[in-house]
Amino acid sequence: MAILSRSEAKKILDKVLKYSKAEAASAQLSGAETGNIRYARNSVSTSGIVNDIELAVEARFGKKSGIATINEFSDASLEKVMRRAEELAKLSPDNPESMPLLGEQKYMPVDGFAESTADITPDQRAKAAADSIVAAKKKDVVAAGYLEDARSFAAVANTNGLFGYHAATSANFTVTMRTENGLGSGWAQSDVTDFGKMNTAASSGIAIDKAVLSQEARALEPGKYTVILEPSAVSGLVAYMMGNFDARSADEGRSFMSKKGGGNRTGEKMFDKRVNIYSDPSSPSVPAQPWSDDDHMALQRVDWIKDGVVQNLPCSRYWAEQSKGTAIPSPNNLIMVGGDKSTADLIKKTRRGVLVTRTWYIRMVDPQSLLLTGLTRDGTFYIENGKIKYPIKNFRFNESPVIMLNNIEDMGRPERVSMWGGPAMIPALKVRDFTFSSLSDAV
Amino acid sequence: MDRRKFLQLSGAGVGASMLPLSGNVIAESKLTQSGMDVAVKKEFADAALNTATKLGASYADVRIGRYLNQYVVTREMKVQNVVNTESIGMGVRVIANGTWGFAATNDMTTDGIARATAQAVATAKANSRYQQEPVELAPVKGHGEVSWKTPIQKNAMTIPLAEKVDLLMEVNKAALDAGASFVNSMLFLVNEQKYFASTDGSYIDQDVHRLWSPFSVTAVDKKDGGFRTRDGLGMPVGRGFEYLDGRAEHKVQSQTVLYGDSYDMVEDAKLAAQQAQEKLTAKSVKPGKYDLVLDPSHLWLTIHESVGHPLELDRVLGYEANYAGTSFATIDKWKSGKFKYGSDKVNLFADKVQPGSLGAVGYDDEGVQTGSWDLVKEGVLTNYQAIRDQVHMLGQKESHGCCYADSWSSVQFQRMANVSLLPGKEELSVDDMIKDVEKGIYIVGDGSFSIDQQRYNFQFGGQLFYEIEDGKITGMLEDVAYQSNTQEFWNSCSQVCDKRDYRLGGSFFDGKGQPSQVSAVSHGSSTTRFDGVNVINTKRKLG
Repeated sequence: MAILSRSEAKKILDKVLKYSKAEAASAQLSGAETGNIRYARNSVSTSGIVNDIELAVEARFGKKSGIATINEFSDASLEKVMRRAEELAKLSPDNPESMPLLGEQKYMPVDGFAESTADITPDQRAKAAADSIVAAKKKDVVAAGYLEDARSFAAVANTNGLFGYHAATSANFTVTMRTENGLGSGWAQSDVTDFGKMNTAASSGIAIDKAVLSQEARALEPGKYTVILEPSAVSGLVAYMMGNFDARSADEGRSFMSKKGGGNRTGEKMFDKRVNIYSDPSSPSVPAQPWSDDDHMALQRVDWIKDGVVQNLPCSRYWAEQSKGTAIPSPNNLIMVGGDKSTADLIKKTRRGVLVTRTWYIRMVDPQSLLLTGLTRDGTFYIENGKIKYPIKNFRFNESPVIMLNNIEDMGRPERVSMWGGPAMIPALKVRDFTFSSLSDAV
Repeated sequence: MDRRKFLQLSGAGVGASMLPLSGNVIAESKLTQSGMDVAVKKEFADAALNTATKLGASYADVRIGRYLNQYVVTREMKVQNVVNTESIGMGVRVIANGTWGFAATNDMTTDGIARATAQAVATAKANSRYQQEPVELAPVKGHGEVSWKTPIQKNAMTIPLAEKVDLLMEVNKAALDAGASFVNSMLFLVNEQKYFASTDGSYIDQDVHRLWSPFSVTAVDKKDGGFRTRDGLGMPVGRGFEYLDGRAEHKVQSQTVLYGDSYDMVEDAKLAAQQAQEKLTAKSVKPGKYDLVLDPSHLWLTIHESVGHPLELDRVLGYEANYAGTSFATIDKWKSGKFKYGSDKVNLFADKVQPGSLGAVGYDDEGVQTGSWDLVKEGVLTNYQAIRDQVHMLGQKESHGCCYADSWSSVQFQRMANVSLLPGKEELSVDDMIKDVEKGIYIVGDGSFSIDQQRYNFQFGGQLFYEIEDGKITGMLEDVAYQSNTQEFWNSCSQVCDKRDYRLGGSFFDGKGQPSQVSAVSHGSSTTRFDGVNVINTKRKLG
């Protein structure tokens, strides 16, 4: 029941909108079947399956709007949910920033559904966990991991003739391996559309190797270092930066994207010329829903940063009207262009540096410079003359991704990672003068 | 089953920009309607418990929940969003073959409940294949039919929406009139109506209320391109709408007005606007070692991160290794009976009973009557936070009563209790404390926070920073963050003000677990001094 076809979904949406007595109405139907398995201390701790389908209906009267939701779809229920949305709309205060409903949208075709993920069974989940646990036990390390998979659909329609349907699958796996003596820790992740391409044993092998190699870490003095950040380490910082790309807060003067004297920094070269970041819902590597959840506006391929120059900032329709700009919805995926080198290739070309597996507990320190703090975790190594020399203690960093993306020395091959708001392709980066401000004893 | 949703807040929000929200959207009028009758809940619960026992479960508990939320979101003189939600359903947890199984349903019929119960037993049996050791549950005496309610004076759900909107508009106007460039303000209300029953013979009906009214004020210097924010100093509380009465006897006059058992949000917004502007030109801190004087509005978060989390037993044992992390406070350190977590001045306790706290309930989510216990006594680590299936690992016989699930559809697990610092025994005011500081910083309000996965190394910011020179506050500072190591930091604690200054702070949306669940928790303290802490300057310039 959780996954409806395009025609089944359209039938329900058409029917509910017909019940509308409001000036305008829109409806969104979404459903998912999500499965998960969690393990720790080499033993499965929890597993579950959640089925859910929900219809959300919005009724509009002028600048007033009301939203009601329901998970039953009989004719009587559909009429009831529309009446309730209308009642709520009449009672709600005016929203001065309300924009009229969009008309028909042309959504990009997206292929983001894999049968292998849709058909995953509890046994497959258990095996995925067991593969990881067995590998850990063989090497006397302790596994803790989590696999979550989902098959889902979303369909949208409104009284102005807009309609869209999107079905998707995804699976995300993370694993932390710790040596029994507590002195070593390694981590790996895998994020896919197609469960057939996920290999939890292989990911676990990477995490095990890092755990074993990271034991008895030495302390290096905090300071500025050349670092090789693996894709998961880069994504923590880039996610924060892209999450703060916003035209309105920039125009209002309260963003690192604000221009002195007013306006925003679109058109300025703020980054190294090799920095290219764009989004594209139809990307085969990171397929994503082709419309914005906010107002169902169609997403296109959008360049955010091209050759180091800021090209666009997400801008709501309301703010586009106020600022006489163009409305650009926030993206559902992100692609950062990289090179073709592996992380091993990047290490080979490094005389002295620090390899960082992962960044963790990242928080904003100063939104004016986008200064972030956080820590390295689960595999930090010292590199000398093109080789990993020895494991080192974790560092706290205080660094701005804007500064980091100006100090690029080299770029690796992009890998798929899970980021806020959707999947992303992110390369490993070799960066000079990365600021580590203190040491951490954490393993 | 209902799905977790997130409310996206536009503009520069207060803290997190995505807030958890679950359940169906409902009309405001429904928030005050009463839920299912207790006798009906008992009937459903007994049906589930009997089914579970018949299917071979050695233990079962049932939680029937009705969770109500109301969120009001505004910026400047605009209401951006009003959402009321209701989520109703049942979760059943069983032990079969020595293994936990859980299932939940919103199909509140005899059939629906039987199906979910059977699913829970089947899951337990299936997972028992991967179980290393059988679950060992600390005994709990059945409580019979009992009830508990947050002692509130005004049920916030019964206050008309118009009154809430008026209050937030008054707050925003006060900030704008006082020179703020922007202001975002919000009101979050939670009412958990939960019924717990177990095969131990408990039938517990609880009505839990929580409230939070955060705001953030921004001052922009258009000419120089700088901006500064100041967040509200009100705290999330386990109180009714009376918290927003802002009574004079609950105010503490300091560099700004600080608040105890009630909060004057309008007054704080006006002060915030003035202070955000003052911050634009405040002196940038010189990095180095300072003695820190930390107000409870700030210290709660340091306690939360550096004491509350590392002393959660599931983290210590490795159950959270892949997500939140583990802990430096390992079992061997605790067993030694000598591990100096802090100086002799440091007495930290956990509780689920402090009036007005977010953690206060009569019974936890596995039917254990709540209480309080010591974690650190005169600086020495003495205990952890643990629940029924964990305490035996500490050689203890009674659960600490800190089990919680954020919804009927989530499985309950060990969550943080309120964790607080006992006030100093000797009479000491904040003024007296500051008088003895030669080179220090007085910090008010919580800001940026980050700590490693074993809770050693941390960095905290704040809202307001005041320089102390030779016993006197000489002016405002900016770009301040302090870094330390948990054990080093708590051992540098040299003075704690007395109980007159004791106030609670807290977190409304503390996340843990996979899939992630939120919980709310308070942390109390009096103003406290820490000596020689490393302060860094956080100012950077972009090209």
